[in-house]
Amino acid sequence: MAPTVSTATPTANGVIDLRTSSTREVNELLSSPGAPTRLTITHPEGAHALACGLDADLDVTVDGHVGYYCAGMNQKATVTVTGNAGVGVAENMMSGRVHVKGDASQSAGATAHGGLLVVDGNAAARCGISMKGVDVVVGGNVGHMSAFMGQAGRLVVCGDAGEALGDSIYEARLYVRGTVASLGADCVEKEMRDEHLAELAQLLDAAGMRYQPDEFTRYGSARQLYNFHVDNASAY
Amino acid sequence: MCGIVGVHLRDATLHPQLGTLLSGMLDAMCDRGPDSAGMAVYGDPTWSPEGESTVSLLDSPLPASELAQQLGVALSAPVTGHDLDPTIVVHAPVSTDALTAAVRSAVPTARIIGFGDHLTVLKGMGNPTDLANRFGLRSASGWQGVAHTRMATESAVTAGGSHPFAVGPDQCLVHNGSFSNHMSIKHELERAGVTFDSENDTEVGARYVAKQLAEGVDLEKSLLMLNETFDGFYTLLVSTSDSFAVVRDAIACKPAIVAETDRWVAMASEYRALAQLPGVDAARIFEPEPEEVYVWHRQ
Repeated sequence: MAPTVSTATPTANGVIDLRTSSTREVNELLSSPGAPTRLTITHPEGAHALACGLDADLDVTVDGHVGYYCAGMNQKATVTVTGNAGVGVAENMMSGRVHVKGDASQSAGATAHGGLLVVDGNAAARCGISMKGVDVVVGGNVGHMSAFMGQAGRLVVCGDAGEALGDSIYEARLYVRGTVASLGADCVEKEMRDEHLAELAQLLDAAGMRYQPDEFTRYGSARQLYNFHVDNASAY
Repeated sequence: MCGIVGVHLRDATLHPQLGTLLSGMLDAMCDRGPDSAGMAVYGDPTWSPEGESTVSLLDSPLPASELAQQLGVALSAPVTGHDLDPTIVVHAPVSTDALTAAVRSAVPTARIIGFGDHLTVLKGMGNPTDLANRFGLRSASGWQGVAHTRMATESAVTAGGSHPFAVGPDQCLVHNGSFSNHMSIKHELERAGVTFDSENDTEVGARYVAKQLAEGVDLEKSLLMLNETFDGFYTLLVSTSDSFAVVRDAIACKPAIVAETDRWVAMASEYRALAQLPGVDAARIFEPEPEEVYVWHRQ
């Protein structure tokens, strides 16, 4: 159970400095019943597991670069990172919004069930791996094996995608504006119908990206690997 | 897990701060590898004075002062020894080959862990910060340094198994990850006459690169060849007296981050290690792409 009292105290204007408070103190504060609805965390200096497990309508800004698993398991909260994020930002997010203004390292939005993850810069390898309903919008490029085994949700890439995009994908929908280095097993280019243009416009708008939906190509599952079929043995 | 840090100083006014910067980076990576550590410094005037060759060694049966005295007699040259327990560093105004040969003949059971005109390598077991303090790394100066904190997976926790592996003149290789086909490459290298000091997988990578460099292949090409030849997981930081290079395997699951300013280039496993570098707020920060070789040269 979350502690009712946290030892970390923000300043009057809602700022907490990680040079004087520990990650645990800040996370305890954010999980406590009296958590401030708006908080800015300064000097993160690459700290891991910041603003994890939030479960309230909070608005948290991390001013700087964060380490691994920032905003993991997020529910309801809005978390903004003004710098870069390390491995697994917003992993297993359930709802809410996570916005990385710089680049994100590998496995951004991994296994996330819901919410919106926006990365203004590039996301590295395995972005949206095993995504289960999250929406991910990346302003730049994504690395190899992105949306690997993506089950549900949408991944929007405004730049280019690396090797093996959407390998072993289930029902996640992928939209890429630039080039795709290669498609993974069972991932194919698909027709862009009106409903896809409409949902993409909505996603771009929500993420604050100014691109036209018709500049993108849609990719998704060919649904040939759902069940084992001996003719597909060579694809495994 | 393992942690890697390295810094290449472009601005000579920063050279006196090399040890402080490198130690600070190392401190931040202690929890990635608390078993043992190794560090290498290029151009420290105490350990590797200009105009002299330096050899770093472990497991010397003789103390530093006695070894220096014996080497001095054998080489007819003034030899200085530094006792940086468990490492010993000796330097003398003779060629690297002559000093290395004299060390091998004086203490044949000792392991040479670094040699060259500019390079000092220090290794030990235990907490990396404690080791750095014991070695006096904080007051070192020079133009380039690398360090490694090791969480051992492929061979025993010993000072000798610590990185960097420095098997060619003024060369260092630091590895996070593990090779998977190193035994077959090791056998091929052994057939070509290369000898090994350990069972460590990283040593195979270092010997492979050293062999290419010795044959006149440049560092960038050597690392491209390593990429084609080695399987497994690796982020490597490779340095020579005038170059600093980073390469990752195709899967790129071992972390790496690079920051670059006009004054320095730095690489580490995590941003935490870079956070205290001067001017990092304005640095160009990026994650190296898989299978891409990044090389910076001394100007």
